[in-house]
Parts: sequence; structure tokens; C-alpha cells
Amino acid sequence: MTQTLTLTVNRQAHELAVAPDTPLLNVLRNDLALNGPKYGCGLGECGACSVLVDGMMARACVLPVSAVVGHEILTLEGLVIEGRLDPVQRAFIEAQAAQCGYCLNGMIISIRALLNHTPRPSMAQLRAALEYNLCRCGTHMEILEAAELAVTINAGESLEAPHE
Amino acid sequence: MRTLTELAPEASQQAPSPRAETGSGAAGQSRIHESAVKHVTGRAAYIDDIPCPADTLHVALGLSPVAHGRLTRLDLEQVKAAPGVVDVITIVDVPGHTDIGPVFPGDPLFVDDEISYVGQVIFAVAAESYQAARKAVRLAEVEIDEQPASLDPVAAAERGEFVRPTHHHQSGDWEQALRDATYVLEGEQFVGGQEHFYLEGQACLVTPSEDEGVVIHTSNQHPSETQKLVAEVLDIPFHAVTAEMRRMGGGFGGKETQASPWACIAALIARRTHRAAKLRLPRAEDMRATGKRHPFHNRYRLGIDDQGVLVGGEITVIGDCGYSPDLSDAVVDRAMFHSDNAYSLGQARVTGHRAKTHTASNTAFRGFGGPQGVMIIEQVMDDIARHIGEDPLTVRKRNLYRPGRDVTHYGQRVEQLQLLHDLIGELEQSSDYWARRQAISDFNRESPIIKKGLALTPVKFGISFTVQHLNQAGALLHVYTDGSVQINHGGTEMGQGLHTKVCQVVARELGLDIERVRITATRTDKVPNTSPTAASSGADLNGQAAKDAASKLRERLFDFAAEHYRLDRDGMRLEGGALVAGQGEAERRLPWAELVQAAYLGRVSLSEKGFYATPLIHYDRNTGKGRPFYYYAHGAAVSEVEVDTLSGEYQVTRVDILHDVGDSLNPAIDIGQVEGAFIQGMGWMTSEELKWNDAGRLVSDGPATYKIPAFGDLPPVMNVKLLEGHPNSQASIYRSKAVGEPPFMLGISVWSALRDALASLADYRVAPQLDTPATPERVLMVAQALRDAQGAA
Repeated sequence: MTQTLTLTVNRQAHELAVAPDTPLLNVLRNDLALNGPKYGCGLGECGACSVLVDGMMARACVLPVSAVVGHEILTLEGLVIEGRLDPVQRAFIEAQAAQCGYCLNGMIISIRALLNHTPRPSMAQLRAALEYNLCRCGTHMEILEAAELAVTINAGESLEAPHE
Repeated sequence: MRTLTELAPEASQQAPSPRAETGSGAAGQSRIHESAVKHVTGRAAYIDDIPCPADTLHVALGLSPVAHGRLTRLDLEQVKAAPGVVDVITIVDVPGHTDIGPVFPGDPLFVDDEISYVGQVIFAVAAESYQAARKAVRLAEVEIDEQPASLDPVAAAERGEFVRPTHHHQSGDWEQALRDATYVLEGEQFVGGQEHFYLEGQACLVTPSEDEGVVIHTSNQHPSETQKLVAEVLDIPFHAVTAEMRRMGGGFGGKETQASPWACIAALIARRTHRAAKLRLPRAEDMRATGKRHPFHNRYRLGIDDQGVLVGGEITVIGDCGYSPDLSDAVVDRAMFHSDNAYSLGQARVTGHRAKTHTASNTAFRGFGGPQGVMIIEQVMDDIARHIGEDPLTVRKRNLYRPGRDVTHYGQRVEQLQLLHDLIGELEQSSDYWARRQAISDFNRESPIIKKGLALTPVKFGISFTVQHLNQAGALLHVYTDGSVQINHGGTEMGQGLHTKVCQVVARELGLDIERVRITATRTDKVPNTSPTAASSGADLNGQAAKDAASKLRERLFDFAAEHYRLDRDGMRLEGGALVAGQGEAERRLPWAELVQAAYLGRVSLSEKGFYATPLIHYDRNTGKGRPFYYYAHGAAVSEVEVDTLSGEYQVTRVDILHDVGDSLNPAIDIGQVEGAFIQGMGWMTSEELKWNDAGRLVSDGPATYKIPAFGDLPPVMNVKLLEGHPNSQASIYRSKAVGEPPFMLGISVWSALRDALASLADYRVAPQLDTPATPERVLMVAQALRDAQGAA
């Protein structure tokens, strides 16, 4: 059954006619043309579909769209503000963390979520934050480097203008 | 026309060093990925991200639930009547070829009569929405006369059930060698398969084009083959089909032949309905319907002298090919070619069987049978060490190819003979192998439960397609009148950094900053008749083709400039974004854009194509002899593990790698490839376990049941270095070496280290049998068996 729902995605309200049990991922990709979050496994296990819901990491492929009405959804695209990339995004470019690039959405979202509540995480906390994100190319070492760099860049910017 | 194959090696040797006198980002430098910004902002489009035409149909598949049998009844009336369904097709709806076997026949597009594996496609449904198509599939009435499934490759081989004939390599009198040997060692091993688990699954979008054709967007390592197969299935000429491929979310071999069936099915729907058709497999269906790395069963009977040096004997490998040939002939060949790894077998016979079983057709996967071959001889090295009571590293070094023992069992001479000796020596030092060996022995003596293990294993991997005609490549270079450069080539980008490397080659040849060079999607209408991006050959082949195009265009511009500006043609060069002529006081510089503009007005063509064919290689299947490989790439890894012998749980605690990429085209990319390959190889050896139930159904069909390495599996210490000072002895692109597959085999050091830890339970006098993947369960069983045997003794 289709219902009319209002979703707040990337700081904008969208009125959508969708079945309430539709996975958030499908709505983001198919209705809002936001292709940052990817379909990987469809089971919430690989992390490719990750988004931020109220600043916390969530798996969009198993999250019914009705569950996020009234919450703030942020996708990879929404991390870019007025053309300026998020420190985490910049760190991932700098550290050359991509091979095929398909997992990066989940990696970046997970680190952003961590930094939102733990601005100075330890290496162990960074690893723990990424533990449930799969990367098949094996670029884990570069992703960890990017994560460490993201902490530094993020801390530097927080001094100038606190994040959110 | 000059092609690079005509270049004498001496001439290439005098080429300037890769890092010299070029624009920023040119070959030899660690240039960032050409898609880096797009990757982190969600703008790098994979197939599922391409906007679909409004009337696009979505395709879902009806797959066989049984492994072997006959299709006795198929009623699709309810499927056709389901809401939203537009078309339903089976084998009878195929106008052209119904067999899409890539090299040999044997792969029906849809089940005709015989069913050969769980997951085989019986029919396809196209509907207005993906959900409607999926729901309709379930309404099919399918009756199958189920028959016993053959799932054991060894039993299949004993019954002579093969997908291709058995092949042999033989050098010298192997039987005499066994008689003359001081000791004869016998053994066997089961080596598990591997799921590709490319994070982006199989996907394609096909749109009908003018006349009778189609345009195919496909996540695919071999667009030209897909073009051919789609044309044959539709019964239209190849020129009516265009395949386009921008980037893959991982391939690893799984999209070499096995991306085509989906494109063929979607193309049929598109032609029949005159609407675009999209087919993206759900993860579980992807894992069931597509082939994997071949599981192997290997046996050996090898003689050694009193120093533990191989004198000869026999090796037999049985590859589990699944139900059809696919690429299995070449995969089992490569296992045979690599059953020596880095060591002379002496007088040996190697036999390779291609067993037929009722599973999906096993296919290419990074290493392409090579790793399964290397496993044999690495087991043998450890076995010899335990037998003669020496350290496994000592035995390995003693058996390396060396002067007088420098010809492989298939007749190829090993050229860079000293390289692996030097490489291992350097790694031995940098990893502090011997001190750690001593410390581990001391630790194990004092520690009854936790046991540590250490192993250094090398790799020598042959570079070239063993199917000779595939060793060719083309490129197409355009320079536009603003000076921007567009390069296209036959290779595909799957994350390995090929496009970045090719841009670097062009930037170097034209003396430009890499920002001026842009790469475009691989398309069969830009560069035709291409080879798959496989066999680690992407940069070797396509880099050379791009270089050929760029250097021809450069020479043409020199001719023009010499005449138009009355400049000295000798010593003319392109560097720093300018044409430079003359020396010292007489030097003149002309900015690139100005040169290009003048050449255009002077009616000089600013477009060029390039071509490359690998020289020197040949192989005679009748004699099993030849030089199948242009060169070898090398490496070695030292892995240390810590095993809890009461639970079987273990951790890889430290890894040191030294790898040979010749003169690197891009050190950052190459390091990434080495690390990634090692981690993937480690997963293959340890946690990645494929499980089929007795009925032949794959039960490890998702990330919850099939465990690829995650962050928690990373060694806390991982030192990775590229070997320096050893340019390729052959005239490869700027003397670099292929890097995609060779380091995959470095993961074998983890398995060898686990055996080392387990051997400590028997005071290093026994070489424990440890099949792969060496899951904690298997490790525990071996530990238990060793303890029981010690107790009994």
C-alpha cells in the first residue's frame, strides 16, 4: 500500500508516495536519485548502503522507510556543503583509499558517524567502527590511513567551525 | 607503421628513466586514482547508478532448485498473467545461438532439457518493476526428474568424467629420477575454492538501438566477448551491438566470462519488447548462479636427494570445473605451469585433469589456477623440511631455480635467475626471520597451548595469457584543439588502477600534466576486438598500445613543427607541457596548446590509434613445451601466526612482504595491489569456506555464511615494500611488471605458518596435513590429531 510520507534527506524535506516497508535504500536511489549509498548484499551485512540517521550510521537496505520519518537522513552527497567536501571525504582522497570504490560510501559514513560523537578516536576505535564494513579489494590499510587522516583534518576544522 | 614489438630490447633499455623529465603525474609517480573525487562523493557511476529510460523493464530469473536432472514440465502461464509482467522467455525464444560457451560449447543460455547445477537459469521474466518481476518468478510450475548429483571431483576423475581432455607436461625421465632419489615423499591436499564477492554484483542495462541493435552497459571484464555473444544470441552482426563499460565495483575474474549471460538475457528482452531492460542479480542468486575459483585436489610423489633438493617425480592436479568447460582448460593449465612455483622440479611429469561436477561452472579468479598449483610445491617444501630436519626456509632457498637448474618442466628458461635469491635475502634480513625463528622456538617450548608459527613463501608467476592470441591490445588517442587529450583502450577498470596508469603513460609520452589527459569508458565501438582485462596483463598490453598511439602522434607533431616553425627535428621533445627544440641559447619552447592549434590549422591529424602484441611467446600443446610467458613476476612474504591449539582460533600477528614490480608505473597503486592481493589470498587460505549441501546447493550464499577478511582479520603489523633496482629484463611498458595476480599467492605464507605452528606440537618432526581453507575447525582437528598421536607414541 502506497502512503504519502515526508522524509528529510540532506537538509531538504521530500514528500513521497511509497509503500512504508520499502527499504530506505530503494527510496534514496530510485526516488531521490541519490546514488552514494550502494546495494551490496541487501541484508545489512556488507555496509555499502550506509547512511547517517540523526548523525548515526544506519544500513539503508534493511531499514523500512517508515522508520525514518521525522529523522534527519544524510547521505554521502549530503556531506558536501556548498561544494566543500567533508574532512572525511578529503582524507579518503588524500590517502588514495579507493580501489574499486564501491565500499567507500560505507567507510566514509561510518567514520563520519564515529567522529560525530567521538572526535578523537583511538586506532582501536577506528578499527571497531569499520569492523562490519566489507571491502573486497583489500584496501583496508589505506582506509585506516584515511580514517586517521580524517581525525586530524576534522579536529583542525573543528577549531575553526565546530561540525554541526 | 611501427609497432613496439619491433623495438629491439637494447633500444628500449636506453629509454629515459620513468621518473625523468615529464609533467606531473606521469608514469612512475604515485598519482591519485582518476576517479578519486567521484568515488568519495557518490558521483562515480556503476551500472546500477546509470539513469534508466522511463520505460525500462526489470528482469528476474527462474533458477533451478536442483543440481542434476531433466526438466519434465514448465508451465509459465501464471507468470505471464502476473501483474506488471511484460515478457517471459525460455530457450525456445532465442533466435540465434543458444549455447554461449565462451571458448568451448557447453553453456546453454537457458535450460533446454538437462539441468546441470543449482542456480542454472530456466526462464527470465521482464516486468514494469523489479518487485513485480521477482514476485512473478515464484508463480512458475516447474517439474524436474531429479537425478543423483556428482559433487566429488576426485570420484568424477576416477570415472573419467571430464569437461576437457587431460594434459601433461614432462621433462626428462621422471620414473628414473624416482628410482635414483635418496627419499621419496608422497602426499595429497585439498585446496578449497573461493567466491569472488565483488561488492558490486553482476549487473547490466541494455537499450535497443536503431535498426536491429542494442547498446549494453555492463559490469564486465570482457566487453568484446559480451558483444560477440549477444550478437550471436540475437542472430545479428557484431557491428549492431555496442558494449560499454566505465568501471566495475570489483571483478577479480568473476566478470570475465560470467558477466555475459545476463547481458544476453537482457538483450533478448530489449529486442523483443523494444524497451530498455535492466538485470541486476540479488546477492544470493549471484553467488549460486556464477562459478568460483576452482577447488583442486592435488597429489604428488617426488624424489629428493640427501640435501632435500628435488630430483623429480610426478604431480597430478584435479581441478573441479563444475558442469562445463568455461575457462577451465586454461585454468588447469596454469595450475600445472605453476606446480613448480619458484623451484626446479628436476625430471618431472605433471598431469592435469578437468573434472566435471554438478555445480556452477568454475571460472577465472585472480591467479587463474596458479595459486592452486603453487600450493602443491609449497606443501612439498614444508614436508621436505620436516623430513630432513631443516628449517623450511633453508629448504626453499636450496630448491630455487639456479644456474644449471633453470628450465621449467614445460621448457621455459627462467631469465632473472638471481632476482628471487636477492629478494628472499633482503626480506630475510628486513623481517628479521632467523631471530624470530629462534624466539618462536623458545616460546613454543614454554607454551603448551598457544603455539606460534612462522613461514616465508615466495612466488614466481608467469605473465601472459597462455592463450596466445589474447596477448594483443588497441588504443585510440584524440587530441582536441584546446590541447586536451582523450585516451581510450581495450582494458577495463575494476579498481586495479589501470586507467590511472594508462593516463600516466600518455602524459609521459606527450610531456603533459596528467590533468590534460582524460580516459573514457571502454567501448567496443571505440577500440574493437579486445581481450579480457585479465591475466594481470591490463597495463602491460593497454599501456603499450596507448604508448604506441601517443608516440606516433608525437612524431607527427615533430614533423609538422620542424617544417612549420623551421626547427631542428633532431633532439625535439615534449616536456613540461611544451614542445622543446634545440639546446642552450638556441632552445625554443612552444606551448602544447599552441602547437596543437597550429597543427590543426595545418591540417595535421590529431587522432591516432595504437596497437601492441606481446613478442616471444609460444606454446605447443602437443609437446607440452614452449615459452608461454613473456616474463615472470616475483615476491615473497613472511607471515607469523599465533594459534590457540585448544580452540583452533588463531591470529596473523605480523606480515612482511617484498614484491617485484620491475620499475613501478605507480608505486601507490602497486602497493595497494600487493596488499589487497595478499589479504584476498589470506582469506582464501583461512576463512573463506564454500559449503554445498549433499544435494549440491550452495549454502554459503551471503556475507553471513561466507567470510571474507574484515578489518578485524588484518595483521596488526604489515610491512609492504616494492623491490627496487630490478627493472624488467624484457621490454615491457617502461620496464614495469604486472601486479594484479602475483601477490595473491603470498597469502599462502599464512597457511604455511599455521602448519609450522601445528608442527611444533610434534617437535617439528611431522608435516601435518592441513587442507584449505584452514578454518579454526580444521586447525583444531589437526592439533587434536597431532596430540593424540604424540600421546600414543
